[in-house]
Amino acid sequence: MSLFNHSEKAYLMLRNGRIFEGKSFGAKGTAIGESVFTTSMVGYQETLTDGSYFGQIITQTFPLIGNYGVNEQDYESGKVYASGYVVREWCDAPSNFRSEGNIDGFLKKHNVIGIYDIDTRCLTRIIREHGSINAVITTENVYENKESLLKQLNEYKIKDAVGSCTVPVKETYTYEHALYDIAVLDLGCRKSILKELIYRGCNVTVYPAFTPAEEILAGEHDGILYSDGPGNPDECEKVTAVIRELNERKLASFGIGLGHILMAMAGGAMPEKLRHGHHGANQPVLNLLTGKTYVTSQNHNYSVIPGSIDKAEMKITHINGNDKTAEGISYINLPAFSVQFIPEQSGGPQNTALLYDEFLSLTGKR
Amino acid sequence: MVLVNSNPATIMTDKVMADKIYIEPLNLDVVKKIIKSEKPDSVLSTLGGQTGLTLSMQLDECGFLAENSVKLLGAEPETIHKAEDRQAFKDTMEKIGEPCIPSKVVVTVEDAVLFARVIEYPVIIRPAFTLGGTGGGIAYNEEELRDIAKNGLRLSPITQILVEKCISGWKEIEFEVIRDRIGNVITVCSMENLDPVGVHTGDSIVIAPAVTLTAKEYGMLRNAALNIVSELGVEGGCNCQFALHPDSFEYAVIEVNPRVSRSSALASKATGYPIAKVATRIAIGYTLDEIINAVTGTTYACNEPSVDYCVIKFPKWAFDKFVYAKRTLGTQMMATGEVMSIGTSFEQAMMKAVRSIELGTDNIFLKKLACLSDIEIKARIGNVDDERIFVITEAIRRGIDIETIHEITMIDRWFLSKLKNLADLENLLSQGTLTEEKYNTAKKYGYLDSTIERISGQKCPEKRYAVYKMVDTCAGEFNAGTPYFYSTFDEENEAAQFLEKTGTGRKKIVVFGSGPIRIGQGIEFDYCSVHCVWTLKELGYEAVICNNNPETVSTDFDTGDRLYFDPLTKEDAESILNTEKPDGVVVQFGGQTAIKLTRHLAQLGANILGTSPDSIDAAEDRERFDELLTKCGIPRPEGMTVMNETEALAAAAKLSYPVLMRPSYVLGGQNMIIAHSDEDIIEYMEIITRQTLENPVLIDKYMMGKEVEVDAICDGTDYVIPGIMEHIERAGVHSGDSISVYPALTLTKRIRQTIIEYTKRLAMELKVIGLVNIQYVVYNDEVYVIEVNPRSSRTVPYISKVTGVPMVDVATKVMLGHSLKEQGYESGLYRESDYIAVKVPVFSFEKLHDVDTALGPEMKSTGETLGIAKSFEDALFKGLVSAGYKFNRKSKSGVLITVRDTDKSEIVYVASKFERLGFDIYATGGTASYLNRNMVAANVVKKASEEGYNVLNLLDDGKIDYVISTSEKGRIPAYDSVKIRRKTVERSICCLTSIDTANAVADILSMGKSIEDMEMVDITKI
Repeated sequence: MSLFNHSEKAYLMLRNGRIFEGKSFGAKGTAIGESVFTTSMVGYQETLTDGSYFGQIITQTFPLIGNYGVNEQDYESGKVYASGYVVREWCDAPSNFRSEGNIDGFLKKHNVIGIYDIDTRCLTRIIREHGSINAVITTENVYENKESLLKQLNEYKIKDAVGSCTVPVKETYTYEHALYDIAVLDLGCRKSILKELIYRGCNVTVYPAFTPAEEILAGEHDGILYSDGPGNPDECEKVTAVIRELNERKLASFGIGLGHILMAMAGGAMPEKLRHGHHGANQPVLNLLTGKTYVTSQNHNYSVIPGSIDKAEMKITHINGNDKTAEGISYINLPAFSVQFIPEQSGGPQNTALLYDEFLSLTGKR
Repeated sequence: MVLVNSNPATIMTDKVMADKIYIEPLNLDVVKKIIKSEKPDSVLSTLGGQTGLTLSMQLDECGFLAENSVKLLGAEPETIHKAEDRQAFKDTMEKIGEPCIPSKVVVTVEDAVLFARVIEYPVIIRPAFTLGGTGGGIAYNEEELRDIAKNGLRLSPITQILVEKCISGWKEIEFEVIRDRIGNVITVCSMENLDPVGVHTGDSIVIAPAVTLTAKEYGMLRNAALNIVSELGVEGGCNCQFALHPDSFEYAVIEVNPRVSRSSALASKATGYPIAKVATRIAIGYTLDEIINAVTGTTYACNEPSVDYCVIKFPKWAFDKFVYAKRTLGTQMMATGEVMSIGTSFEQAMMKAVRSIELGTDNIFLKKLACLSDIEIKARIGNVDDERIFVITEAIRRGIDIETIHEITMIDRWFLSKLKNLADLENLLSQGTLTEEKYNTAKKYGYLDSTIERISGQKCPEKRYAVYKMVDTCAGEFNAGTPYFYSTFDEENEAAQFLEKTGTGRKKIVVFGSGPIRIGQGIEFDYCSVHCVWTLKELGYEAVICNNNPETVSTDFDTGDRLYFDPLTKEDAESILNTEKPDGVVVQFGGQTAIKLTRHLAQLGANILGTSPDSIDAAEDRERFDELLTKCGIPRPEGMTVMNETEALAAAAKLSYPVLMRPSYVLGGQNMIIAHSDEDIIEYMEIITRQTLENPVLIDKYMMGKEVEVDAICDGTDYVIPGIMEHIERAGVHSGDSISVYPALTLTKRIRQTIIEYTKRLAMELKVIGLVNIQYVVYNDEVYVIEVNPRSSRTVPYISKVTGVPMVDVATKVMLGHSLKEQGYESGLYRESDYIAVKVPVFSFEKLHDVDTALGPEMKSTGETLGIAKSFEDALFKGLVSAGYKFNRKSKSGVLITVRDTDKSEIVYVASKFERLGFDIYATGGTASYLNRNMVAANVVKKASEEGYNVLNLLDDGKIDYVISTSEKGRIPAYDSVKIRRKTVERSICCLTSIDTANAVADILSMGKSIEDMEMVDITKI
């Protein structure tokens, strides 16, 4: 961070009234969100453009952000869904052969309010102890508006998260000599999921989150992928109803992240909110079937309550190596399985990408 | 558990570390013998570096392990073979589609030349199975290739080298990977070398984690590392090195080390993840998901560490000692040690690293560069040497733009722009008023108050103390209880919170460590620091360690009750005291690095345990020391203090040659020489004034007598001398480079009594509380004192191990008020051991070009070995074998002798011994005629400077097994004698530069010893 970047002041205030004074980067103004942290040391571009962060203020625990600049190829979507961005230091002289600009410009372009030069470790520890906590970033004087801001923080809830992230209309990606025809229910889908499917020879149809079952069935797809996405799963009753309908047709199904939770809920299981969620590229996941542990990328606040699953229909296949929460479920009477973590993610480990192959084999083709 | 290692200085060979410990030569015969008698179930191969790995593989290959039903743990021979054998490695990489650099394994120089023509110059030569890439290099043309290839083939134990395409300028990225037997595999840490490919990673400035890679590049290399380690089937730690093209996704695998290495030690300290511990558990069958992460206590070893700071490793080189050494860095590692620093920004970590490395500078600035012209600076940017980072920063200060520097050096612009930030800040500080804002920025950038004041010329507007953050492997995600901290300037002080929360009410003591490993201050001091901490804990104190060296045991987070991984300067120490508020501090065990802090800490009101700061000063200050000796009635060699050349010449004339010269306040005899003439004095004063003459130069009468060394413990009333050591080489060879024998065998009763008496007087008069090391010279049957160090010394670990007196434990207890009597020790010399121990120095001359190998008052050795046996001869033999001396005779052997006039009378006796052993004696003109006159038949050889078949050709031809070489003059590489000695290094010929060592070697040869006939000594039984 060059000394000659004269930045204005910015403030971050938590719902409990704790104020951090820092400097402004990205857009100016005031942004409210649910405060979370991610421990990934690379992949800030992927993080910022990931729909799962809708309505959240992201804190990067790694202090040096923006080192390699930004480039369009690595976006997970065309938008930034996060409400705000918190770093210790951003790099104004990025260095990489693909860099098209620095992160400050990127945030400005996407109108995302950022704050830097604060004790991010201190903030992270607060989030860890309190759980995800509502916060505001503002370039206005926080002290003058403290009461009204606190009121807003008390009331803030992430709403219509999926609706805000999903595609407005159906999108199709078709190729000559495609091997599979796959539907993706977009709950806030990342580009990398589509890339994995296309890479494996799939024609892909991306449906808006609230598409009725009949319409999807009419597409006569070989299988369906319920994508990752943001927000409270309890708000997605419409989607769980659709999943139930599709399940009756025994369509090969694969759920990721939010899609995983909604599939479980369609089968009668209950979600719970984790204290501060799993956000980072280093989450160990134990595959109970093989006894092997994988290092996975994760970004979720909710999880399926293991005790709530119908053991006659579902089986927990993966658990988190640290807190032992459910990370994967397979369906006994359906050609279906799901995982809580991100199987691909160029931001991190790639050794679980084989799950896509497993999904495609369930379609019964080839 | 049985441990074998030849190194007596390390904590590894300490009695408490294993059930049985053998300090014996690390060769096949010895290990076989030990395995036969101990009958272990298995051998662990991957924790003893390259030495351990190579030995294990040899044991397996010859079928010995199978015959004796011993299992090889850590790595399958198959794995080692695939990773270490060049061709097998290439084939394996090809199989899994991991790109390698175009290369070919060859066994002859001609094949190397042919292949180089195919892949085009420049090419890199890497000999197989050599430590730290010894014997490798970059060749830009055929002539250079022939030279390097020839040397590399000779140094490779299997006469094999790799010739590969040179990819200098690519980014060098490393991953530390750990894998278990069921195939779980994670990366512990990524690291990026600031210096692009071409500089050995051990000589590179390294930052962790990698900072200039996008997620895509990072993921690509991480995947490659996981694939490689899985394919090799490593069970334990593994290091993968990659080269990454800076402008594309092209990459290549450089090297894989299927074992715990220097890099893994760094990765462990950088992340908090205990690689060696986890690797050991894996070796005995645990899997990653079963091993609890000791740092968090809640997560498992399969959790990839995530850090929220950045780490810099900065190498420590010995070029300040080896003024004539070629400083160019390349594929052969030259650093003797390293420091690590942790910061919340690159700039902060860099500033910490620079002041930790003890170069006498606290920012990236060298005085000698400041006086060069812009043109000279620009010209030097391209030199890849130890000072490059300083040159680059100086260039940036002069306004040379980053793009130009990048073009020349290929160092990533990211690093260069960070260096520019530092230069900009310094510029800002030097102009206008030092505002609070500027001060705060400078503190965040890692500047010391004293540096800020020096650059700005103003007083700091306030005094800010550092706060401390925890290293917890998880970037704060989990509530960790690791007492491992680093300083920064920020809001929250986690160490203070930690102290509040975990406060035990026990007394707290801070132990300052010894910093980077360098010549003269090696791993011995870490042995001492660790022992001190153990004793403090045992006595119920809370022990706090402060150190900056990632290679040590003291910086394991669980050695002390708390660890501060920070520089060891006054201000850094002060900040720690401010947070810790300890009841006492210990500086006695951290070498000169810690001792230097004494006065400052005392001024801050810290309670310095043990010998008082005043006494330390009395031993170091020349005048006060002289007074003390006079008072004690102890003679020392006559000496004077001078400030310039004229005074030096006058003093030398008065004392008469030879004289010993050194700057005051020195370590390891740094810049110390014996001057035989006015010319020597002029050369020396020139060198010393080049390095700025702040302290005076001391000139002493040089007495060529027997050197004796004593370590003692004193409690103010009583004193105990665990042992008296005697050196084989006479005074003039630095004590660290001498072969040292315990107990002293040749001293008369009177001399011994005098030494005991003098030791007592000095310890009492200096009011030593704790350890003291005293060096004596016995000259014409008189005892003179050369040096007194009221602190722990290099010899403490080995004397503790052979005498059974745990010296550091006893000294620590003494410092805390437990008298020697209370501990059961009586005043005087401790009873002598039944065993003789001979410490033999180990040198790294192969890695340092143009350094004269002649031993002198300036220390040159980088390590040591120990031989322990019932007889002196056996102990010496073991020690020499451990140190790499070879005693297996060829049918036709030769000795080359070329000595200075003053040594000629003595060499006759030694030469005749070699002659009687059947050696052909060769000698240069003067020496030959002297020998022949004295009835030793010597063949005359032409001097190195003479035309025709000369002494250098003789050495090349392999006719010579030993060279005995001493010289009148200094160490300028152009001298004949220096050329001969360098040639012996290149040809791996044993070169003896002291008549005394040569005599000892001749004696050993005449006894026809063999290691097989010798008893292996378990030191836990002593």
